[in-house]
Amino acid sequence: MKYAGLLVMPAGFFLAIAALVLFPSPLQRGVFVVCGLAVEGLGLGVAIRGHMLARGENRS
Amino acid sequence: MMPMVPIAPAATPDLSEAMFALTLALLLVAPLAIAGVAFINTGLGRSRSAAQALLGNLTLAAVAVIVFAVLGAAWAGSLSGTGHVFHLAGKLWNWAGSGPLLLRGLGSAPAEAQLALLFEFLAVALAALIPWGSGADRFRLFAGCGIAAVLAAVVFPLVAHWIWGGGWLAQLGINFGLGAGFLDPGGAATVHVIGGLSALAVVWIAGPRRGKFPREGLSTAMPGHHVVYVLFGCLVSLVGWLAWNAAGAILWLHAPLTSLPVNAVNTVLSASAALLATFAVTGFRFGKPDASLCANGWLAGLVASSACAALVTPGESIFVGLVAGIATPLLVELLELALSIDDPSGAITVHAVAGLWGLLAAGLYAPGQSQLLAQLVGIATLLGIVLPALYLLFALLNRVLPFRVDPDGERVGMDLHELGGGAYPEFVIHRDDSYR
Repeated sequence: MKYAGLLVMPAGFFLAIAALVLFPSPLQRGVFVVCGLAVEGLGLGVAIRGHMLARGENRS
Repeated sequence: MMPMVPIAPAATPDLSEAMFALTLALLLVAPLAIAGVAFINTGLGRSRSAAQALLGNLTLAAVAVIVFAVLGAAWAGSLSGTGHVFHLAGKLWNWAGSGPLLLRGLGSAPAEAQLALLFEFLAVALAALIPWGSGADRFRLFAGCGIAAVLAAVVFPLVAHWIWGGGWLAQLGINFGLGAGFLDPGGAATVHVIGGLSALAVVWIAGPRRGKFPREGLSTAMPGHHVVYVLFGCLVSLVGWLAWNAAGAILWLHAPLTSLPVNAVNTVLSASAALLATFAVTGFRFGKPDASLCANGWLAGLVASSACAALVTPGESIFVGLVAGIATPLLVELLELALSIDDPSGAITVHAVAGLWGLLAAGLYAPGQSQLLAQLVGIATLLGIVLPALYLLFALLNRVLPFRVDPDGERVGMDLHELGGGAYPEFVIHRDDSYR
């Protein structure tokens, strides 16, 4: 689960870069860059969730 | 897309002799920031690991600068001023520097390139220390050296080139009309966010200290052994940070002399506001202010100022510090209690989160929205590419050079286990209930 989250994060980055390349309008660029950051946040959330589940199983 | 070719960066104005002397003097004072962070890392660990922690700070800094000199400086391209580019969508994407190995030609390089290299030397040393603090009381010294080497050889040079060496993030303004490109004059991204994200990656990989998260109940409190070290480190850091932020503004923003006092005032204001905010939050939450969290708040204010002290007004700087200071104790608590992340030095919050906040604030307070967009793209790069890359590199490194000591080593302490003697030989180390 942690790896799945970490794999989602680059997708957010590429969304942000695609916004720069594809959209000339600052508004569209801004919206897509923010969406890219949201995808990264989602990936980070999944990775953290995976970490918590693993920790719960390995508590000393 | 076309094959990668080396290109020369845009010309920058030469430094006057006075500016050169001032910048050099500032860079000779800046290592006090490294000393301060080393003190903080040591004080927030346990007494049975104090000598190993401080020796580790020295050793990691040494490894980082040597690896950077041998290999990393070539990727950073600060000395040669050239870079590798590829063409995409009609734009040039400068993704890596192209310089000589082993700093060949250092003596004959332009004065500004030499100063830039010195700045990067100090930056890579500081970045390497940040994850070491998070791995306190359980990381092997050799593993710490490996982490420093990976940072100095690959990650730091690439990001430094993107931001400081005329790379694609610096050229967002030229290529896409995004303000002046991604701005990070004091190293909030290249030093602190990279260091903080490295801390998150290595803590995820290595796991918590034994007994930190027992099978039942809340996490075990493991307070730092020497809060005086920690607070002294904060004071020492301030001196280093003042020099660091001023030198960064001269080198990366070509700031005039007259802007440096405001830069220094903003640095002090951000740290002060952050400290007072943490003081108030911890006083409210725990009944009394918490000294080590206050130290973390102070440092978070300094880290946030690295991104924006040269770009904001004093009032805005106070706000930046206040937000950093309020967020720090709450996030430290959240990471430990809710997310089961054992970070003894608080580096993930203090360096990664406060650094990201400072970078965002630099865009929020810039005139027009285009600079904010440039800062957001930079933040997206740090979170979306740099964090997964760090995790992958460190996970591979952990296979070759395991990060953790064995359980017995952790029980007796890193000093005895790794160095054969304690930092405080006259002290009697009490038995720890968590190891029963």
